[in-house]
Amino acid sequence: MSAEALSTGAGMAAASDEATLAAAARARVQKRKREVILGQVTVLFVIVAGWQVAALTGVIDPFFFGSPWGIVVRLYDWMLNGTAYGSFWLQIWVTLEESILGFIVGVVSGIICGVALGEIPYLADVFGPYIKIVNALPRIVLGSIFVMWLGLGLPSKVLLAAVLVFFVVFFNAFQGVRSVDRNLISNARILGASRLQVVRHVVFPSAMTWIIASLHVALGFSIIGAIVGEFLGSEKGLGLVIATAQNTFDANGVFGAMLVIGLLALSAEWVMAKLEKRLLAWQPKGNGDSTIQGL
Amino acid sequence: MTDTGPAPAPMASGRQGSATRTDGAGGVELRNVTKRFVTPTGAAMTAIRDVTLTVEPGQFCAVVGPTGCGKSTTLTLAAGLEMPSAGSVRVSGEPVTGITKGASFVFQSDALLPWKPVLDNVALGPMFRGMNKAEAKERARDWLRTVGLAGFEQHYPHQLSGGMRKRVSLAAALINEPSMLLMDEPFSALDVQTRAIMSNELLTLWDRQKPSVIFVTHDLEEAIGLADKVVVITAGPGTVKAEFEIDLPRPRGDVQSIRFNKRFLELYQQIWEALREEVDEAYARTSRTADRAQAAGGRV
Repeated sequence: MSAEALSTGAGMAAASDEATLAAAARARVQKRKREVILGQVTVLFVIVAGWQVAALTGVIDPFFFGSPWGIVVRLYDWMLNGTAYGSFWLQIWVTLEESILGFIVGVVSGIICGVALGEIPYLADVFGPYIKIVNALPRIVLGSIFVMWLGLGLPSKVLLAAVLVFFVVFFNAFQGVRSVDRNLISNARILGASRLQVVRHVVFPSAMTWIIASLHVALGFSIIGAIVGEFLGSEKGLGLVIATAQNTFDANGVFGAMLVIGLLALSAEWVMAKLEKRLLAWQPKGNGDSTIQGL
Repeated sequence: MTDTGPAPAPMASGRQGSATRTDGAGGVELRNVTKRFVTPTGAAMTAIRDVTLTVEPGQFCAVVGPTGCGKSTTLTLAAGLEMPSAGSVRVSGEPVTGITKGASFVFQSDALLPWKPVLDNVALGPMFRGMNKAEAKERARDWLRTVGLAGFEQHYPHQLSGGMRKRVSLAAALINEPSMLLMDEPFSALDVQTRAIMSNELLTLWDRQKPSVIFVTHDLEEAIGLADKVVVITAGPGTVKAEFEIDLPRPRGDVQSIRFNKRFLELYQQIWEALREEVDEAYARTSRTADRAQAAGGRV
């Protein structure tokens, strides 16, 4: 009886030990999180405040380098009074629309071509060299051609964004299809799958890991495509806003538009991360997650 | 060295009858089969040469041989994944021209789709054959219960242990009620205990449907414990060196304890005699190749 009481006592002591250990570990994790956030805020503050002070005291010339306050004022002015080509929101929407359409066109065509060439070696052998040649070209320059062909409107920007996106997605889809586990394909065939079923149930989902990895880069490219397209010739859009600011030596305007584009890209990236998490829910939780988050 | 090897063990009377399926489906007949592969550099490599092998319907045939002797090639030929360069392959009396009907394959690595839950993986076979989704899933559920995985339907393969994944593979292979089951070192990645358990379960499952089985392994004990017939393949290019009828009574019961059976040990000794030369030969070849590589490396 007393021995039993002793052992349960020891058990409880062990349990409370466990609890305190766990609590301590949690506290450590929390503390670290707080420290990281504090560090991040400090870095931002030092840079912004340093820039502002330097601009005020004349260490750097605000005419060429702008100043944080100047950027805020410029953005506020745009939002209130609009730009030379209509409301600021319209410019944002135009760029966003071009990026999204370009992204969709590029991703869909990239996946279709990548899977087709990956599945049909003859096509891959025939088209391989040409795709490499086109990929080696500085594709941004194609934007000039597209503006000449399609005019200053939306289609030329969509096409440029789509071309940039296409190659990233295409190569990943192709590689993904090529690296499908042969045993999985053999097994599906023996189980009675037709060629189309093999592609649908085995090849495509397997390549999806690769394709999704490419979408992050593709997203960035779609925004770059839209902005550069607007730079090269357009009637609306953030690219045009930047080009105009550049021509009038309005540094605050360039930085302000840049900031907005950055925010757009960040929120798109956030949506993409959510999507990726959903699509790849089946994957085992790797150790790599934390480092990716850290970056 | 003769091709026939040691005399086959005498067959126990009556046993063969109990192992035979009545419909005659699933019998495999390889006659003078040669398979050559052409490597991407254009060199031809003979994987198996002049193999003649018969597996009766419902018979459990184990194939043993040294590494790289073309054991797996035999399976891909029977499955119709590859066509023979010479000779003929017949399954259930029909010549093989494409993917063999009524065949199932269990791979060394479990060929499960990592992005589908266990239930969907098992339901793939019937679904590919045109069964509607709900019905296929219902059957898959039954099969998961049969292999002792009820309650794991929605787990992903990576969430299961190696042994459990192997059970899923077995369920996925057997749900199509194959007349021929092809197994390529299915248990070699498992630990010894799990392997013994899986061997017993395989025999139980096999007994229910009695498909003919070709079971490739490098483990002689496993081969004798499971099979009706053990075929020894020579060092590559592989050809049949000898066949041994395993006249141990069925049901075999515990595969672990049958190894202490006197007859088991006799058979083991006989087959090992035949196998050892080939293993030595294969080993000598690889070490010669290694020596050559080293010598070549030395010159460079």
